[in-house]
Amino acid sequence: MNKPLRHLALVALVMFALLFGSTSYVQYFSAQSLRDNPLNSRTLQQELGRERGPILLADGRVVASSMPSESSTYDYQRVYGGDGVDPAMYSAVTGFFSVVYGPSGLEQAENSMLAGTDDAMFYRNLTHYLTGQEPPGAAVQTTINPAVQEAAWNGMGGQRGAAVALDPRTGEVLAMVSTPGFDPNSLASHSHDTATQAYQELLGAESRPLYNRAIGGNLYPPGSTFKLITAAAALESGQYTPETELDAPTTLELPLTTATIRNAGGAVCGSGGRATLQHSLMVSCNTSFAAMGMELGDQALREQAEAFGFDEGFTMPLRVTASSFPDELNAPQLAQSSIGQYEVRATPMQMAMVAAGIANDGVVMQPNLVSSVVDSTSLDVISDPSPREMSRAVSPETAQQLTEMMTTVVESGTGTAAQIPGVDVAGKTGSAQHAQGAAPHAWFTAFAPADDPQIAVAVVVESGGDAGSEASGGRVAGPIAKAMIEAMVNS
Amino acid sequence: MSAPAPAAVHYGAPRRVRYRLLELLLILLAVLASVVAYALVGLGAQNEIPANVYQYGGWLLALGLAAHAVVQWRARYADQTLLPIVTLLNGLGLAMIYRIDIAKGRLEDGGGAAGSQLIWMTLGVALAIGVLIALRDHRVLRRYTYTAGLAAFLLLLLPLLPGLGVTINGARIWIRLFGMSFQPAEIAKILLAIFFAGYFVAYRDSIVLAGPKFLGIQWPRLRDLGPIVIAWIASVGILVFQRDLGTSLLIFGLFVAVLYVATAKRTWILLGAVFFTGGALLAAQAFSHVQQRIDGWLHALDPEMYNREIGGSYQLVQGLFGMANGGLIGTGLGRGRPDIVPYSESDFIIASLGEELGLIGLFAILMLYVLLMARGLKTAMLVRDGFGKLFAAGISFTIALQCFIVVGGVTRLIPLTGLTTPFLAAGGSSLVANWIIIGLLLRISDNARRPQEEFHTGVLGTVRQETEEEPSPRRRRREEQAGHTGTGQTPAGEDATVIVQEVPGPEGSDPRERGQA
Repeated sequence: MNKPLRHLALVALVMFALLFGSTSYVQYFSAQSLRDNPLNSRTLQQELGRERGPILLADGRVVASSMPSESSTYDYQRVYGGDGVDPAMYSAVTGFFSVVYGPSGLEQAENSMLAGTDDAMFYRNLTHYLTGQEPPGAAVQTTINPAVQEAAWNGMGGQRGAAVALDPRTGEVLAMVSTPGFDPNSLASHSHDTATQAYQELLGAESRPLYNRAIGGNLYPPGSTFKLITAAAALESGQYTPETELDAPTTLELPLTTATIRNAGGAVCGSGGRATLQHSLMVSCNTSFAAMGMELGDQALREQAEAFGFDEGFTMPLRVTASSFPDELNAPQLAQSSIGQYEVRATPMQMAMVAAGIANDGVVMQPNLVSSVVDSTSLDVISDPSPREMSRAVSPETAQQLTEMMTTVVESGTGTAAQIPGVDVAGKTGSAQHAQGAAPHAWFTAFAPADDPQIAVAVVVESGGDAGSEASGGRVAGPIAKAMIEAMVNS
Repeated sequence: MSAPAPAAVHYGAPRRVRYRLLELLLILLAVLASVVAYALVGLGAQNEIPANVYQYGGWLLALGLAAHAVVQWRARYADQTLLPIVTLLNGLGLAMIYRIDIAKGRLEDGGGAAGSQLIWMTLGVALAIGVLIALRDHRVLRRYTYTAGLAAFLLLLLPLLPGLGVTINGARIWIRLFGMSFQPAEIAKILLAIFFAGYFVAYRDSIVLAGPKFLGIQWPRLRDLGPIVIAWIASVGILVFQRDLGTSLLIFGLFVAVLYVATAKRTWILLGAVFFTGGALLAAQAFSHVQQRIDGWLHALDPEMYNREIGGSYQLVQGLFGMANGGLIGTGLGRGRPDIVPYSESDFIIASLGEELGLIGLFAILMLYVLLMARGLKTAMLVRDGFGKLFAAGISFTIALQCFIVVGGVTRLIPLTGLTTPFLAAGGSSLVANWIIIGLLLRISDNARRPQEEFHTGVLGTVRQETEEEPSPRRRRREEQAGHTGTGQTPAGEDATVIVQEVPGPEGSDPRERGQA
């Protein structure tokens, strides 16, 4: 019986070999990913034993901070708002810090800094440990201008949508609002039940408050705001100037299909079925832009869109979902895409980048939400990102021509609602159809002052907001953009 | 069959002395390591050495020395590593249980799990000592083959009795008696090992040879198949009625291991595995708790599975997080957060140890089990009688398999089942049963390594006379029916000494070898 005994010993050894393997896998090979797992509250527990760094607005006011906690589970409680700061207004910026669901938003993107565990703080932490102190996390100073943020938040009111403002010269994010927002305090509760209930309610809500519509979520068709990119592609091609006369029929017959493209309200643009490029943009003529898009070809459009940042996600340090320009277009699809319909999808952040690029002589600056990270105890600056060029979207000449064309939109075109006395505003409206029978999304993107741009904005109000089917981009989204610009320019 | 012939080697007194001296030294080391671990837990978690460290150390030392003394008295040739290995495992377990007690603030309320574990350990050592004193020859147990089988069966049924059985975490494997809960399956596994060993040693020839041949496989006769089917039904029954995948797997594994050692038929192992997998799959289809276990294993890291209230993967995932937190070298005793994991002192003590002692510590612990298993199987190879071989193999393999099921479950190698880690985990029934197993292994290894001539001078002689040299007429008849054409002078099959087995001729004692010739 000793031979089968040896086999049995072999089987047992194989079982132990498997155990040596599985324990090594858990404790060594996959240990880091397990530690980083968002469900891992151990990491959180360690973090909550330390004072987490605050998140600050550009004016130094605190939007998120840690207070000593009375509850026994964790030492510190994350608190949002206070000091006249509405926590829901900033929910798209801060995200939340939940002991159950982990961090989101900036809390997640800057987690290692806020928690004080970043490698950049290694030596600092070492001295703290040597002296027996728990090192507090670093303070994250954002670029958010509270006045612009408030203008955007109040302008959106109860309507769903998003608004973004950028400094076109630096890429600094001046405002980022997504509505409806939420109160992160309920999610930061240390009570498992309270936090879970709050989260499940937000998750289940039909209005999807946890989506950050400004940089993610389901994205929007950009509608006529995309005509800026079509116009840019036309000017960059060298075959068009703002004065080039385009075919602008009332109804554009499309090849390969019985579908047609018409102008809003069946309006005529130009005279005798002809309109200049500049006039077409001013009145947002669909037929001339669709026809021009088919002339330019999908390759030129896609390249222009990508030059402004389409088809590529990035971090700022929040992750921005890539806006997309569709592949493999036939002629009618191309025509639709030229006016920001079909499968073109964009984030409000992307459309703000388009306006910012035009404002900044054709150079798109990398959007950035964090102006500096500062050690909370020593006040040493740990990181201090400098403005970075992301891409050159168009030549300075093209940028200048587009600026002039956009100024006429606000002066006498579809965007008159955004006029500000004493300030030249350059803008573009959009009404994006997204579902059969639903009111279109109202868009407005703009920058100002036109000759010395300080702010570029993009606003989208879902399904026309309160105005519903009566909505147009100029009338619904325009005033919000105007309020944001005023908050910046007049401060 | 190239087993060494122990009888041919002359063991002198020096070797016997060396065994025991080494055992004593190793026990002292094991006690020292356990006490240091205990002190480190106090230092790590509370910045002070536990006040009762001397009493604690003294108690462990007393237990170790008592066991050693009884081995010296009653089992001088017994394997010298068994006691030290389990003393160390038990001591490490105690330190970790004490550590969890501190974390959960159970010490202030008096007692704590570590205190009762120490009492159970004392009882376990006492029972192991009792086995060594009362049982002079393991072959006596063979007389109780069917009694043991019946007792095991009844013990396994106990938790199903209304009023007596308790359902804990969905598994009905506990009984509550006089305010204490007990897991009868732990004792039942020893009785089953006796039953399987006794049964197969008697019937292995007829099982192997007497049946019809079909599809190239020698099938057993229907009546020989009976107990095999009963074992299968018992293990699937546990799975179904007591909802305990772990015990079910353990019992079936024990059965298959003994069956294989007895018959050397690999095809049957395959059949057994197919049967069990089939049964388990059916159970998974039919019973949600089995399905949940499998889902929780496959999709453990899904937030939905993790947050599920019942049957979710919270415990498993928390265990993994704890182990990951420990990493290569661990957080140090008393410095981690093993208490976050539910049942961190019993079912998940491996995760707790992994967190605080690191991968290195777990490797050391696993190596202790490898040694234990290896020494047990070595004993099985050395021992002369078939019953002893099967029994020692069965209980040694059980320890290895139990380790595999628990540690594999905790590390997500296999679906998680509720079994205790032998000697480490808090839990009275398991600890006591495993100490009894050690008592039995010590007894068998003493027998295995005892020089031949001592048998005639010792008490063992009489036992040997009854059980081996005079097979009952009834049994001899059975043997002949089974196609055994031996002279009748040959001791019944497996009872033949190794020396006889080494000269298999046409009339040899081992029918299988003859068949192959």
